[in-house]
Amino acid sequence: MRKITLTTLIILVVMSVFVTGVMAQEQGGTLVFGRGGDTVGLDPIQVTDGESFKVTQQIYDTLVDYTPGTTEVEPALATDWEVSEDGLTWTFNLREGVEFHDGNPFNAEAVKWNFDRWRLEDHPYHIGGEFTYYGYMFQGFPGIIQEVNVVDDLTVEFVLSEKQAPFLNNLAMVPFGIASPEAVKEHGEDYFKNPVGTGAYTLEEWRQGDRVILKANENYWRERAYLDEIVFRSIPDNSARFMELQSGTIDMMDGVSPEDVEAVESADELKLSLRPSMNVGYFAMNFNFEPFDDVRVRRAFNHAIDKQAIIDAFYAGLAEPAKNPMPPSIWGYNDDIEPYEYNPEKAKELLAEAGYEDGFEFDLWYLPVPRPYIPQGKFIGQAIQSYLSEIGVTANLVTYDWSTYLDKTEHQEAPTYMLGWTGDNGDPDNFLYVLLDKTNSNNAYESEELHEVLVEAQKTMDQETRVELYMEAQEIIHKDAPWVPLVHSTPPIALKSNVENYVPNPTGTEKLHRVWLAE
Amino acid sequence: MAGSNENRVMKKNTNPWLEAWRRLLQSKIGIAGLVIIIFLILVALLAPVLAPYDPIKTNIIARYKAPSSEHLLGTDGLGRDILSRIIYGSRISLQVGLFSVALALLFGVGFGLLAGYYGGKLDMVIMRFMDIMLAFPSILLAIGIVAILGPQLKNAMIAIGIINVPRFARIVRSSVLSIKESEYISAARALGAGDLRIIFKHLLPNAMAPLIVQTTLSIATAILEAAALSFLGLGAQPPSPEWGAMLSDARSSLQKAPWVATFPGLAIIFGVLGFNLLGDGLRDALDPKMKNV
Amino acid sequence: MINYIIKRLLALIPILIGVAVIVFLIVHLIPGDPAQTMLGERATDEALQRLREQMGLNDPLPVQFWRYVKDLLRGDLGRSIMSNNPVSAELSQRFPATLELSFFAMVFAVVVGIPAGIFASVNQNSWFDNLSMLVALIGVSMPIFWLGLMFIWLFAVELGWFPPSSRIGVGLDFTPITNLYVIDSIIQLNFSALKDILHHLVLPAVALGTIPMAIIARMTRSSMLEVLRKDFIRTAYAKGLKRKIVIFKHALKNAMVPIITVVGLQFGVLLGGAVMTETIFSWPGLGKYLVDAIYARDFPIVQGGILFFAGVFVIVNLIVDLSYALVDPRIQYE
Repeated sequence: MRKITLTTLIILVVMSVFVTGVMAQEQGGTLVFGRGGDTVGLDPIQVTDGESFKVTQQIYDTLVDYTPGTTEVEPALATDWEVSEDGLTWTFNLREGVEFHDGNPFNAEAVKWNFDRWRLEDHPYHIGGEFTYYGYMFQGFPGIIQEVNVVDDLTVEFVLSEKQAPFLNNLAMVPFGIASPEAVKEHGEDYFKNPVGTGAYTLEEWRQGDRVILKANENYWRERAYLDEIVFRSIPDNSARFMELQSGTIDMMDGVSPEDVEAVESADELKLSLRPSMNVGYFAMNFNFEPFDDVRVRRAFNHAIDKQAIIDAFYAGLAEPAKNPMPPSIWGYNDDIEPYEYNPEKAKELLAEAGYEDGFEFDLWYLPVPRPYIPQGKFIGQAIQSYLSEIGVTANLVTYDWSTYLDKTEHQEAPTYMLGWTGDNGDPDNFLYVLLDKTNSNNAYESEELHEVLVEAQKTMDQETRVELYMEAQEIIHKDAPWVPLVHSTPPIALKSNVENYVPNPTGTEKLHRVWLAE
Repeated sequence: MAGSNENRVMKKNTNPWLEAWRRLLQSKIGIAGLVIIIFLILVALLAPVLAPYDPIKTNIIARYKAPSSEHLLGTDGLGRDILSRIIYGSRISLQVGLFSVALALLFGVGFGLLAGYYGGKLDMVIMRFMDIMLAFPSILLAIGIVAILGPQLKNAMIAIGIINVPRFARIVRSSVLSIKESEYISAARALGAGDLRIIFKHLLPNAMAPLIVQTTLSIATAILEAAALSFLGLGAQPPSPEWGAMLSDARSSLQKAPWVATFPGLAIIFGVLGFNLLGDGLRDALDPKMKNV
Repeated sequence: MINYIIKRLLALIPILIGVAVIVFLIVHLIPGDPAQTMLGERATDEALQRLREQMGLNDPLPVQFWRYVKDLLRGDLGRSIMSNNPVSAELSQRFPATLELSFFAMVFAVVVGIPAGIFASVNQNSWFDNLSMLVALIGVSMPIFWLGLMFIWLFAVELGWFPPSSRIGVGLDFTPITNLYVIDSIIQLNFSALKDILHHLVLPAVALGTIPMAIIARMTRSSMLEVLRKDFIRTAYAKGLKRKIVIFKHALKNAMVPIITVVGLQFGVLLGGAVMTETIFSWPGLGKYLVDAIYARDFPIVQGGILFFAGVFVIVNLIVDLSYALVDPRIQYE
């Protein structure tokens, strides 16, 4: 028996050598990535858009990282860490021998310098932008990170003013990539054009409005990237971008229009990759507008919309119907909840019960821009309008440009509206509290009951208790039905079939240093 | 040529408008334009009779059906019959053209009269302001205005009206200037005619010919501009079958369903062509000096 | 002449000031602000307030306006809120793309439009005349974005003759200098890049140039017809001069003033029309960029960009006026 095992093992070893031999062709080549817009800036702390993060993630590393394809945290620039009993002091051991692209060493000083620059408004290099994501994740400036201390060359310590359960998950976010202090000092306000990190790629050229060209970092602390060069090209129109993919001038693209999914699936030279879902697209009803203060009306709407039909038509089937405000990929998801099924008759009954058997008229705000969770807002808005007309309700479609739309929904001016959310860090708090707590909701949903549960969950460090609390929160939300949760989408990415080992991350962007091109 | 000139001299005493109408009916392009516009108006009026389907009701299992005997021009991304939508869309395009140009006309003529008639500082202020407006790329100005007011067809019409004001103001002003000092205006004034009377009895009629031509041609551009705004999502809102808005939905399906993009575009060309032809015909008919065909 | 130019340039100043004021008012009257766009769905009240405070957006409007005017007087257009790049850098990056596109569109319009107009006028009422004028009429009646869509569908998707978007392909060793790619590739004697760049220019330039082409053809024809009826043309024929010489030396020269006017005016229209073309063809130019900036409430970019556009527009008109003198020496400037 043992002999056989040994033989198997030898065969495996031989095979793996053989496979690695074949894999030798992996090295080299240029990957052209087509996307919807240009990068705004290459200083990750100053930008907020996916098109910038897509590139900065290749140039920079963070202290900790998400394991590819998940939101689990794994070591990156920090090799290991520990947290004090009270949850307020975090100590990180840093990786040895890492260098920035400009040759300067990565060490505890550099980490401290970066965090100080981000959090201290009187820091001489707190310039070049608004440090938006720092303020957002750590609650302002200096926020909850009270001190950053250099313990020794490779040990750094963070002292927090209050507990933050998802602290580690936050540190793994792309905006918190560590920059070379020397480079920031040298370029000042123009640092965003001259990025220097420790990442697998360095910036070769950035033609604004057109393309960003990256070259492999020969000195990378992980294995050198397989690709020699990555070109990110901006082609705003989804269909134009898809034509470029078909004609072979780009190797992969995101923002595939649902209309083109079929063409990808049927083409031999193309394939589809699905980003794991960490989002929700929803239709919210504002409690300040009659009759949406009546739970029967809100439940009626929940019964009136056929989510599966919408998914088949406008997502090319690449989404799942939502019953909770957070996606099943996140821990704490309550799968016991019985969704409001599609049932127009029941919806009509509920409306009649609420005294609206003759229907009513209201404004339905539809998304003016494609978002990953709702790629075709205009179509879906019209579909919802049709479904609602079936139960005798008249919806007038309304929209504004994106900035105004956000501004007005924020100020609770929309009677009903479509919106959505893509998770930042894989924590339920990042969905439930951010979207539905009484301090945050945009539709005047102000449940005291929910608030208590969510706040308690924020202050609890024990995982199991948190799970229970979030389960309970989802039940409350289901009962109150402030939204019609529509879908959790899995945004498709189209690739040429020779692009190998691309692993999309639920967070929306990922490192590309393990991607290679087959012959 | 010479013959028609003599003709004009002989009929000097007949009503000039009747004469212009007669000349319009003699011009091939003018008639072509008239026919197209009358056709459009009929389609718009008879839309409920003509359209084979409901232009609004969606049917998401019949998305992107190619043209067939069932749907002559195919169906769109929500399974609606494109022919029916184009038929109903004619109502919107005519409305947009007329309303926004009426707005431009009202303010343009007002500003032009004020500037031309009173002259001096008022003239300078008004015309400088018109110059400033003309210095803007008009589509950007329109986008800015719609962004302030909110994207609705009504607001798109207002924006288009605004960007067309300077053109009318200039025409009226120069026409007023050309006869303001003439003897017969002085005579009218000497006879005790007030400003209003002079303006409406003498100055405005004199500007009528170029105004009519410009109005017709502006309707054509207004329809185009509205289509552009709707295409950008700033004009007509769904499910309205406005022609430009129909095109904006068509972009993502260009490969899969090119008919969605093709036919509303042809409808726009047809409608705009009608007003352009009529405008050309009118120019020839009303302004013998510019007559060159 | 010089005095005239100076006078015209001075007259520009009040117009540009007016443009600046109006742009400022428009962009600040639009609801929503850059903080909103930057945060997107993440725009919680608290985060917004913090960001607005940092950006100085909480100051009263007159204070913001005064700041803007002060900077403007120092020749400082400010920095983009989105990218933090100086506005002037953003404009000089993108304007060449628009200029190049407009220029080639104009070349197309002139090269096709003027000969077609001349030919139509000398063969008045022939089938060519009728056909070309019909085409021209359809040309002016066409939504430019629709034409672009049809071009992409036909020539890029179905036939695959031209690329559907962008200014240049990938994998060419090419470094922009002036951002006028055609010129850059010629200076560097990089002909493979030049070929690729021209290849990318064809569809958008023809789409953008179609309406001006139609207008120019119509203008050329009617202007020529008017001149051809004049006595001196008859005299020229009577003197036994060759038809070609009469048409090109005598008639065309005299018909040129209105044609130049139209060409000049169309150039301004083109710069504006580039907005739609750039949108359809994903052309990284200034028009599309300004539209995006309006949506993003990137105030400095919108203000600087429109001011710049307006300046170019007015200067083009000045050049048109001046060029009359070249064609018609009788015109005097005072």
